[in-house]
Amino acid sequence: MYDVNKIREDFPILKIKVNGKKLVYFDNAATAQKPLQVINGIKYYYENYNSNIHRGMYKIAEDATARYIESKTKFAKFINAGSIEEIVYTRNTTEAINFVALTYGNKVIQKGDHILISEAEHHSNLLPWLWLAKRKKAHLDYIKLNKEKTGLDIESLKTQLEKKPKITAVFHASNVLGSVNDIKYITRLAHKNNSTVLIDGAQSIPNMKIDVKDIGCDFFAASAHKMMGPAGIGILFAKKSILNNINPLFGGGEMVKQVNKYSCTLNDLPWRFESGTQNIEGAIGLASAIDYINKIGIDNIKKHEQNLVKYAFDELSSIKNLEIFGGNNEKNKVGIISFAINKIHPHDIAYLFDKEGIAIRAGHHCAMPVVSELSKEHSISRMSFYLYNTTQEIDAAVNAINKIKNKFNIQ
Amino acid sequence: MPYDIYAEKIILNYEHPHNKGVLKDADTRFKEYNQVCGDEIEVYIKINNKKIKDIKFIGRGCAISMASASMITDFIKGKSIKEIEEYNVDTVKNILGMDPGPVRMKCATLSLRAIKEAVEKYKLEK
Ligand SMILES: Cc1ncc(COP(=O)(O)O)c(C=O)c1O
Repeated sequence: MYDVNKIREDFPILKIKVNGKKLVYFDNAATAQKPLQVINGIKYYYENYNSNIHRGMYKIAEDATARYIESKTKFAKFINAGSIEEIVYTRNTTEAINFVALTYGNKVIQKGDHILISEAEHHSNLLPWLWLAKRKKAHLDYIKLNKEKTGLDIESLKTQLEKKPKITAVFHASNVLGSVNDIKYITRLAHKNNSTVLIDGAQSIPNMKIDVKDIGCDFFAASAHKMMGPAGIGILFAKKSILNNINPLFGGGEMVKQVNKYSCTLNDLPWRFESGTQNIEGAIGLASAIDYINKIGIDNIKKHEQNLVKYAFDELSSIKNLEIFGGNNEKNKVGIISFAINKIHPHDIAYLFDKEGIAIRAGHHCAMPVVSELSKEHSISRMSFYLYNTTQEIDAAVNAINKIKNKFNIQ
Repeated sequence: MPYDIYAEKIILNYEHPHNKGVLKDADTRFKEYNQVCGDEIEVYIKINNKKIKDIKFIGRGCAISMASASMITDFIKGKSIKEIEEYNVDTVKNILGMDPGPVRMKCATLSLRAIKEAVEKYKLEK
């Protein structure tokens, strides 16, 4: 049995009050809250074995190194990667994607080549490719939104693949629409056209079972902070065959085996891509987050989110002058609902939600192309749910919406 | 200052803004943006004898920025360039009759910033 109240006890922040009201945290797509298990994992490291990894010849450094490697082992297993050789830690999803564009992208893209992304990408899966295309005088192409603007248009994907892009980079779950791409299918089509595939997994890693072997993608990028781990640590999965053929971006400590004045021997995978002292506490916090998710069960988390989304759809759909974006099929969604209220600006909505203690997001959500497509204000409101949210909290949001509409004299 | 930044007066000015539109024969105009809410506003000003003869604005944004544009453009008519240069955050609070707080202050002062820039531009071009 999924006991949301028991889960909530693991999150100290859910007890705080905002503007005199109990905090309702509905901005999980931006970052997730942290359970005691993660907080304590990091605290324990600081208090018991804080030291630098890979090089110390003493007990606590051995412990730290072992835990860092264990974190990678856990993550590799979490997404079913071949081994830790395929797991490179970065600062976040953004850095992981930029890394691919600057290493693999720089290597394979030439003048006149095509790179394929979609109209609904987060800026972090758009700008690295836009810049790469500009650097190389290559073409950046876009998979269109479908007519209903609920997800990507498969016909458009097929048409664009005919241009034989060398790289195809798409989101797994959209941070604006909430909709989930069939990335296994997209990867298969792209591979048929000899394109390598990068998946932006920032919004799917917190709540969906990921199996990179089954998906078949070449790269998968994610951030720990969205799955209850700490900020400042991200993950790049890349196939070993690819990592073996690209050069590191940064030179420095730990990424070489041997250095003399005019040459060096690179370290093994994945260490050659992690130069300098790493975010050790981040890796340890991420390991605790994986343990926590495994304890609850990622499928249970997904199901809980879908229940919340369905409940919210039912409640919101009867509200006049309220529009929901991204379609209302909760089966094909993560816990994200973007909406607009006629004649009320999203920033006024977010501000007034805050007065009720409810944290939501308003604006362009770092995805300006798709948000401009959905809204002439270039701005929409978004509620996003996670494992600790409740239907009562959705009721509070519905109340807030009615109050706001009253204030603005809207039916 | 009252706590409710969405007082009746603000909502009314948001729903029915004064001085909305363009002035074809404006002496100066300026477009200003607000990163916080993605608001934008463009002011058109007619100046006569170093005084504001007429002012209009177009733009889109949140209720605070749009209502304050309506109220500030009302207030600014007939004022001298010198007076405008001295207006600041406190002027805006007084016109609105409320304190929007640190985050929303950028919304509230958007139109005044545009007006000041337009006037500055006018002076430079004279
Ligand atoms: C779909 C998507 N991609 C990428 C990112 C970037 O993540 P980060 O800021 O952790 O690099 C986000 C974060 O909001 C996202 O939602």
